[in-house]
Amino acid sequence: MIVGNRKSFEEILEMIKPYRRVLLLGCNECVTVCAVGGEREVGVLASELRLWSAKEGQELEIREHTIERQCDHEYIDQIRSFVDEYEVILSMACGAGVQYVAEQYRTRIVLPAINTTFLGVTLEQGVWSERCQGCGTCILDKTGGICPIARCAKSLLNGPCGGASNGKCEVDKETDCGWQLIVDRLKELGQLDQYEEIIPIKDWSTSRDGGPRKRVREDSRL
Amino acid sequence: MRLHYPTNVKIAKIPCTGRVDNLLILKAFESGVDGVYLAGCLEGECHFLEGNLRARKRVEYVKSLLDEVGLGGARLEMYNMSSAQGQRFAEVAREMTEKIRALGPSPVRKKVKG
Repeated sequence: MIVGNRKSFEEILEMIKPYRRVLLLGCNECVTVCAVGGEREVGVLASELRLWSAKEGQELEIREHTIERQCDHEYIDQIRSFVDEYEVILSMACGAGVQYVAEQYRTRIVLPAINTTFLGVTLEQGVWSERCQGCGTCILDKTGGICPIARCAKSLLNGPCGGASNGKCEVDKETDCGWQLIVDRLKELGQLDQYEEIIPIKDWSTSRDGGPRKRVREDSRL
Repeated sequence: MRLHYPTNVKIAKIPCTGRVDNLLILKAFESGVDGVYLAGCLEGECHFLEGNLRARKRVEYVKSLLDEVGLGGARLEMYNMSSAQGQRFAEVAREMTEKIRALGPSPVRKKVKG
């Protein structure tokens, strides 16, 4: 899922300062699962904003609304009937959602309430961890199912580097060395011979280096 | 025991403090209350094992939210007591009332628009 962190209340206040009518828009997908921008978090931020405005004597109208996905225009369309009543949309979706809402309502100002951080997994309730950087060329078949691009701080294709110590990364003692994890896993799988194969230089043009990416599946188009 | 405690304390009954959601506390403040405290069971004696410990974590988090919005986290507290500690219940009610009285009325009292 896409994981994010909510921006600080101070930062959010600074963004919405010029406005009096705010549509606080949540998303029911990834940001709900990682507890940052779903219906509950919309409720908490709306409550915070109402308490703040009451305390400061500022006029501020907040409408809470959460749609199924902010990355699909069918769902974004659902707010069309009332979106014009608000000066600004404060989106609690990931960066993709914020942008797509802005694309659909070109006359509305759309602001981000969260910082989108990574593609990851839920380690336990309340703890998420990065697993994928969406580089466009997956090599998990060669690395025991552990991604050196996302899990190694240097994204080394043939690691580990000299900074690894006792299985931890030099960047942070709490962070596992991605290549240590790969070697351990290959050992467990009896595939350590794969480690001896040199992984060739990566073509980063399939990643962000090739510019914004797009996928078209012709048979699925209408 | 016929214990007395301040009449300004209004009790919201819940099956376990673990049921208390962050938003529930914030809504209480939106409704204009001056302070909120949770009276959970003694730590280590939760019938649901960790309900009161979870509640404490949420209280700490909501305190930080109240600080952010300028109400002050001191208006929210978590207490632990057993159902047999009526004396302690009355004592906490007095303690919290005095604390909130010292802080003054909530600055958002009756001002929040639904």
